[in-house]
Amino acid sequence: MQPIESFEVPAPSKVNYINAQYGLKSWLLTKDHKRIALLYLGSITFFFFIGGIYALMIRLELLTPQGDLLQSTTYNKVFTQHGIIMIFFFLIPSIPATLGNFLIPMMIGAKDLAFPRINLLSWYIYMLGGIVTIYALLAGGVDTGWTFYTPFSTTFSNSYVVAAGLGIFINGFSSILTGLNFIVTIHTMRAPGMTWFRMPLFLWSHYATSLIMILGTPVIAITILLLAFERLSGVGIFNPALGGDPVLFQHLFWFYSHPAVYIMILPAMGVISELVANFSRKNIFGYSFVAFSSLAIAVFGFLVWGHHLFVASQSVYAGMIFSFLSFAVAIPSAIKVFNWTATLYKSSISYDTPMLYALGFIGLFTIGGMTGLFLASLAVDVHLSDTYFVVAHFHYIMVGGALMGYLGGLHYWWPKISGRMYPEGWGRFSALVIFVGFNLTFLPQFVAGYLGMPRRYHAYPPEFQVFNVLSTAGASILGFGMLIPAIYFVWSMRYGKHAEANPWHLPGLEWRTQSPPLTENFEVTPIVTWEAYEFAPPEETEVVGKFGPELERI
Amino acid sequence: MIESHATTQDVHGHPALQHHFENMEQQREAGTIGMWVFLVTELMFFGGMFLAYALYRSQFPAAFASASNHLDITLGAVNTAVLIVSSFTMALAVYFTQVGKLRPQIICLILTLVLGVTFLGIKAVEYHEKYTDRLIPGHLIPSAPFGPDAHALHLLPGATLPQVEMFYWIYFAMTGMHALHMIIGAGLLTFLIIYSIKGRFDPEYHGPVEIIGLYWHFVDIVWIFLFPLLYLLGRHFEHG
Amino acid sequence: MSEHIVSVRVYFAIFLALLVGTALTVVAAFVDFPWRFNTIVALTIASIKATLVVLYFMHVRYSPRLVWVIVASALFWMGILFAFTFSDYLTRGWLSIGY
Repeated sequence: MQPIESFEVPAPSKVNYINAQYGLKSWLLTKDHKRIALLYLGSITFFFFIGGIYALMIRLELLTPQGDLLQSTTYNKVFTQHGIIMIFFFLIPSIPATLGNFLIPMMIGAKDLAFPRINLLSWYIYMLGGIVTIYALLAGGVDTGWTFYTPFSTTFSNSYVVAAGLGIFINGFSSILTGLNFIVTIHTMRAPGMTWFRMPLFLWSHYATSLIMILGTPVIAITILLLAFERLSGVGIFNPALGGDPVLFQHLFWFYSHPAVYIMILPAMGVISELVANFSRKNIFGYSFVAFSSLAIAVFGFLVWGHHLFVASQSVYAGMIFSFLSFAVAIPSAIKVFNWTATLYKSSISYDTPMLYALGFIGLFTIGGMTGLFLASLAVDVHLSDTYFVVAHFHYIMVGGALMGYLGGLHYWWPKISGRMYPEGWGRFSALVIFVGFNLTFLPQFVAGYLGMPRRYHAYPPEFQVFNVLSTAGASILGFGMLIPAIYFVWSMRYGKHAEANPWHLPGLEWRTQSPPLTENFEVTPIVTWEAYEFAPPEETEVVGKFGPELERI
Repeated sequence: MIESHATTQDVHGHPALQHHFENMEQQREAGTIGMWVFLVTELMFFGGMFLAYALYRSQFPAAFASASNHLDITLGAVNTAVLIVSSFTMALAVYFTQVGKLRPQIICLILTLVLGVTFLGIKAVEYHEKYTDRLIPGHLIPSAPFGPDAHALHLLPGATLPQVEMFYWIYFAMTGMHALHMIIGAGLLTFLIIYSIKGRFDPEYHGPVEIIGLYWHFVDIVWIFLFPLLYLLGRHFEHG
Repeated sequence: MSEHIVSVRVYFAIFLALLVGTALTVVAAFVDFPWRFNTIVALTIASIKATLVVLYFMHVRYSPRLVWVIVASALFWMGILFAFTFSDYLTRGWLSIGY
């Protein structure tokens, strides 16, 4: 295989997928996976800001021990809606619907995903779900917690439970269609020579994510419908009045919602694999281990949901099984962390912005993951359940992990997506600000939770105030840090330096197209003859036997 | 360097070949796998309700048996037969499309649709019976809250009225969701019939017929399980 | 690529089998089997009917291995949902830790 620099990049043509057609209709009726990715990028950013506003309200309220800014019922709505928007409308779609949609066909050498019109439909469904949910928020909000536990959600809450549930239900179809598209694409549309084990790890992660989307999302769909049916009819399977069990709701809810957290983290892990390999210019250590660990996380992730029910009157025997399996599910994640670290060892690291996010991810995800083990221990969980320890744990993974992966990936592939470079100096600066702000926000929450501060309370005993003040200060820094990329990405679309086809000089298939790519990605279908992350040509080795070449000939 | 050769796309490709596929074979394979993946989601979707059924049936066997016995077994059995025939006609429709016999294909699709609508009609009759017997759970119908004549229900020993209401809640949830899928299937069949009459399908391109067939068979399979679980579970208590 | 075309004869045979199965399950419902065998008989007949539909009407018998894997995975995952949830409900009285 020839060194990267010498392979032919097609001469850039003036036409690319962005300027191929003009007009609103050409965007809203597009079948191009790249345009759909940008549609998603815009709407996901929008929902992220709404979720961020709710976060701001939470942190402002918690500055003081008294519940002085918001009434308790309003506060319930604020944290509920923060959760719903961030989880269902930001974290779950973020990387798959933007980076996944954009890159998967390019990485496998295809012209588009298997079902382009279904891809567009998934975006419209996402928007419809978003509109219904926003309606619920504006009409009066929902206050059940994003977890919608019964019997409060079915019987006692006076908020817009059915409307919010409907919005989430609709959004679930978007997730299912995206996952379906990815699975079929990866199975049936790989270019000649692109075997499973030549695929970049980004594809393995997205394949595993899609498996979870397919197998898990339908269960929350039916759970929401059953919840709505119960609320509308006044009786139901979660109601003790008919002999029902409220904990059944929790089983059905968490059967999806636990694997959902792996939907949120696996794509980010895929991004990190790309960043670590490419910015240390070294083949990923233990490629097949990382690939299989993605699948293992997807499978094991379905076996642990009961750890959310440890203190909910679930049988202790079941609790022990779930606890053991929750420890087991940490193993494939740890394998990834070890392999990334081993990749970095003795490699040639360049500290560009994407790499800064990747390094941040490795550290923060490790902390988040390890604190998960505390929660997986039955006895410790009795103490930590429903405290800020849990809140800090999942924010370390979702923000310190998934969001950092998303930002790192956005920066890394920005030249390919937009044809422009972001300003590197500002990129590194904001990455550091985000890292500092994030840790200042959530590290104190571990301590506060361990010392007993409950979650979902708008007022708290005064001894916890110092942690909350630190946390809110951190949140302001974090918010400021995240505004900067929002500004310079938009700025770069007009004033950024034009990017060449392969600005990072990397071997991936997506870098062998122009920046921004043509609508059909490749003029002719590529034939793949190289491994993923092949940085150096294989050395010419003479076959020399144990006794030397002369003796071999005998 | 990317070693590439001319695109494998046939200049005389089938008019239904979409631009991002290399050939009809790849397109057909993708469509089929796609529908199977979708059916996985449908199985998990119904699975949640089957779980609730299994759980509460094991806890309230007498109430569930009593409530089940009050369902119309004749209508249920007829509906089962209706769906099985419709699956047969659907399979035949796919066959006739594969061998290029247009008229039998259209006839079979229409028969499938008619049978599906028949199923829904019979279901409507059953639902109406439940409405008049005041068996619709809770206050879903505010003017007719749950309140059957307990005596007419022939409750088995150990059965209570709230548990019977639980059965009917699950009955309506499951058969209602199934009926919704039938309605969607009827809509899909209508599209198929219209496109078939327009001559869109031929032995080389009939993916939509096949994959909508897969959907239809799946909905049939759900009913194959619903019928014994909802209608037949208590019949052996009936006599004596 | 040759697409396997199932013959009308096979479809008809499966169709008859399904009708017979339905009749059988109705008859069996009125027979008082011991223990839980009524449920087991009903579910067995239903499973056989479903298997026939899947293999022949849905062509899985003649489909590539990937389809077999997809069908098996779906059933397996339903199994996970059932098994682990029931592991809670069936063992709830077993261990007393004070509450």
